[in-house]
Amino acid sequence: MTEDEPENLSETFERVPSTAAERVVEGRPSRAEIIDYWVDRFGVPKDTFDGATFWEKGGGRIWVLNYELSGPISIEALGLPILRTRQEFWKPTTDAVRRFGAEATENVIHLEEPAARAFLAGEKQELPWDGDWGYLIVTHDIAGAADPIGVGRYTYGTLQSMLPKGRRREFEEGEGISK
Amino acid sequence: MDSLRRYESIVPDFSAFLEALTKPLPTTVRVNTIRATPERVKAAFEDEGIRVERRERIPTLLEVGTDKPGNTWPHVHGWIHGQEEVSTIPPRVLDPDPGGVVWEAAAAPGGKATQLAALMNDSGLVIANDDNLGRLSALRSNADRLGVSSMAVTNQDARNFSFDPLGIEAVDHALVDAPCTCEGTLRKNPDALSDAGAGASRNISSVQRDILIRAIKATRPGGKVVYSTCTFAPEENEAVVDAALEATETNVVDFESPLPAEPGVETWEGESYDPAVQKTKRYYPHQTDTGGFYVAKLEVAE
Repeated sequence: MTEDEPENLSETFERVPSTAAERVVEGRPSRAEIIDYWVDRFGVPKDTFDGATFWEKGGGRIWVLNYELSGPISIEALGLPILRTRQEFWKPTTDAVRRFGAEATENVIHLEEPAARAFLAGEKQELPWDGDWGYLIVTHDIAGAADPIGVGRYTYGTLQSMLPKGRRREFEEGEGISK
Repeated sequence: MDSLRRYESIVPDFSAFLEALTKPLPTTVRVNTIRATPERVKAAFEDEGIRVERRERIPTLLEVGTDKPGNTWPHVHGWIHGQEEVSTIPPRVLDPDPGGVVWEAAAAPGGKATQLAALMNDSGLVIANDDNLGRLSALRSNADRLGVSSMAVTNQDARNFSFDPLGIEAVDHALVDAPCTCEGTLRKNPDALSDAGAGASRNISSVQRDILIRAIKATRPGGKVVYSTCTFAPEENEAVVDAALEATETNVVDFESPLPAEPGVETWEGESYDPAVQKTKRYYPHQTDTGGFYVAKLEVAE
């Protein structure tokens, strides 16, 4: 990369381009690619992100804001972090699958309560799964319906909890006992 | 409690007031309506064997039979936020519409800012500012867990806040939940009065006034500004509103309150304020079974 080429500014939020054809910063995903990822991989409704804008801060950290601003913007946070895109496989964030994953229909693995609690504690567990490997939305039943807990990575018969340390929980005896 | 004695002339049934301050607060959570309904949260708690009661006056507030609501599935899922009943009043009084732009001047740790986002259906922009970077990280963590996608987080001194980084000229509404002496939080914080007193209140009031004036100037004509504190001192409440009325083109407007309240005081220790401060409201623990609070609703002149 030469000095004249635009690059990511680690402290600044910059709008992503609408499509790959309008890309200026190398490696930056487009709005269309981000929406396609959620729709193709997880089957969320196509209108999930209508009216929202997407932003990159630092290499590959994508944020969604349900408001129209033009930027670039240098502030502490802008919207919700939803995706990391600068590895081979894009990875959705825990908070994003909780926020946008409730209506997902693809690559969703549903856990019974003991497995859900092990996942919440950050554990890796052996589980059957006949779908795609890679990042899955992990759900369990709460108040009579499925809701996402977070992201798991499924490979070779095991589901690794991707919950960040600060989001892991181990309920004490007598707490968090879902029937 | 000695520092509260000076309020005997303005607080009705003063002995009941003092007695109420010695009782612990009920544990309450606000339902995050971005993610769940009160009915569903209630069912989830009951599945965990935790007793839940709806607080009748505020439909999105639940009283829960655990002192650790953070260690439950509804919390993990971002369905709830631990919040005191009376502290849900200022965002409700502001009542922003979805799609609008709201500035919260002193927003950390984010209970009211995330409530504003929920009231706006997570659509629009809540500019959540705080001058304390450590408290801002708690705000960001709360906003992310609650799934808020309509918030911009800034770290500035609210008194001379600049909207330039966002490219915004004026906001629709503003909330100033001001830094204060926190006398009203005695029921949850037994040390709340350690730094309180008339001198402390006078010292902090100039900061409160400057933040409120900045908020009024940042708000478009016809927009609303809600000013609140969790303290009883008129120096930090009616006196601040009075100073802002003097310095800006603003009107105090009446509002419906879901909790019982007393009108703002027009005179205090030899000072007299703009009579319009009687439209502001004082919340007393013995009348509300909450902490203490003060709320004023202002409208920027057209």
